[in-house]
Amino acid sequence: MTEAILEVEGLHKTFKGAVAVADVSFSLRPGAALAVVGESGSGKTTVARMIVGLERPTAGRITACGHDRSHPPRSVRERRRRGGEIQIVFQDPYSSLDPRQSPATAVDEILRLHTRLDAAGRRRRVAELADLVGLDERQMNVLPSELSGGQRQRVAIARALAAEPQILILDESVAALDVSIQAQVLNVLAGVRERTGVAYLFISHDLAVVRQVADEIVVMRGGSIVERGPTAQVLDNPRHPYTRLLRTSVPGPGWRPARRATRKETQ
Amino acid sequence: MSGILDIDHLTVTLAGEDRPKPVLSDVSMSIAEGEAVGLVGESGSGKSMTVRSIIRLLPPGARMEGNIRVRGVDLGTLRGAALRKMRAEMPVIFQDPRAHINPVRSVGDFLTEALRIHRRMSRAAAEDRAADVLDEVGVSEARRRLRQYPHELSGGLLQRVMIASALLAEPRLLLADEPTTALDVTTQAEVMAVMDELRRERGLAMLFITHDLELAAAICDRTAVMYAGRVMEVRASASLLERPLHPYTAALATARPSIERKVDRLTTIPGRPLSAFEAPDGCAFNTRCAHVRESCREQRPELRTLLDGQVACVRVEELQAVSHD
Repeated sequence: MTEAILEVEGLHKTFKGAVAVADVSFSLRPGAALAVVGESGSGKTTVARMIVGLERPTAGRITACGHDRSHPPRSVRERRRRGGEIQIVFQDPYSSLDPRQSPATAVDEILRLHTRLDAAGRRRRVAELADLVGLDERQMNVLPSELSGGQRQRVAIARALAAEPQILILDESVAALDVSIQAQVLNVLAGVRERTGVAYLFISHDLAVVRQVADEIVVMRGGSIVERGPTAQVLDNPRHPYTRLLRTSVPGPGWRPARRATRKETQ
Repeated sequence: MSGILDIDHLTVTLAGEDRPKPVLSDVSMSIAEGEAVGLVGESGSGKSMTVRSIIRLLPPGARMEGNIRVRGVDLGTLRGAALRKMRAEMPVIFQDPRAHINPVRSVGDFLTEALRIHRRMSRAAAEDRAADVLDEVGVSEARRRLRQYPHELSGGLLQRVMIASALLAEPRLLLADEPTTALDVTTQAEVMAVMDELRRERGLAMLFITHDLELAAAICDRTAVMYAGRVMEVRASASLLERPLHPYTAALATARPSIERKVDRLTTIPGRPLSAFEAPDGCAFNTRCAHVRESCREQRPELRTLLDGQVACVRVEELQAVSHD
């Protein structure tokens, strides 16, 4: 078995006594794609935020590329090294780019920080990254306000890849996109993984999208993992009642919404 | 034939910064009594603007041509009290209930206000009525909920409160603008079940706006697909999904990943969805269509009757013949 590139063990997070994540463990192999699936409040985004270092775990261990990252970095150098290991793309492409910075400048900035390329080398790399995510030269040189949501999300992906991370966390990164744009970005993601070998940690509530992107799934509910396995197995033969409920809630041919009489209303 | 809602050649233009911006272009459709019609499209397609035109909640400076009739009454002729009364008879359920329910008033106040003011019911009678309807939409402990405030309720519960308030108006037509888009998928299934059941029981007509073709198809009798402020195709929901006629509908259906199987690459539509003001001459979809011909750029295709609905594409017969060879 290949050594895991990301290992999460016994992760816990409580916010002022409220348990957000309870005993979550999983691992990600190099170049693989793992989906963390769940609804609001499942803790999936908190897990992602702890892995990138935006939240500090209450307990548990996170190891990426052989380095522990359960604690905040102690130096600028360590912080930068971590940036070269894991990058994240958020849901909302409208708030994740600097409105005064062109995509080319945004990507160049990361290259200056994370590589030793000279100006000409960086220009070539910016062009390569633009090509990888399907943006043309004009689009790379306008301000984000002139780009559509899908184009902005490609910029966010290109910028994340500029740091040459081993792991890319995609936190609902295609959820806000129109259907026809979502398909384009999903294809970009498939191409990027084939060409760069980057591993994906894909946070999503959308099972159809997960089927398309991920090799493996963990299903979270109320902060804990309730089921895990290869994508096809979990979606075709879900074993946990909650996974089954998720699966049958998705509209499709012949689908009729059914009211569950036994449902207990909670807050 | 006149249905509960008839939209005839509706064109809406907003006051733009330098020039007027069309948002709807010659939209015609109708809904029969008790019928549910889905309106599906991507951003800028004009689906929400259609709803806003119906309830006459367009931004200032908007110009409207064509007409909208509700049970034969031309909405354009209504003013003041008559307009308010008509609006009350076709309530809208919006995507974000939190933005449409006053946060500093209790759920009970919100639900009973119209009953007490318009129907002159006593507080006690109005609360009884509200509690009954809350119960019907699947909200438990209805009495306690009436004393609660919106922030104490989850999104799914609050959307049920919104549906309850719509039903309290005893409408004949329900307008729903992405009512479950902000909800989790399991909550969406429950809220849809409630809406679907109550609508059928009461024989309500519904205009259901969504970006989700499969959701529309699952709960609506007919589905209309909009693009760039126009209707591209209207068909019986089941056959629309099974055998889409318009190239845009077909492309939209295949662009969405399937929960059943993974494909190597999704079949994508090049470019991005256009709004009405960006639409090219001729067919609005001609810049992205895989089957475009010179004629598609010259003349705008009209909606014409075909099979179990209408479609606005001049090449439909040709393309269907090819795909079924």
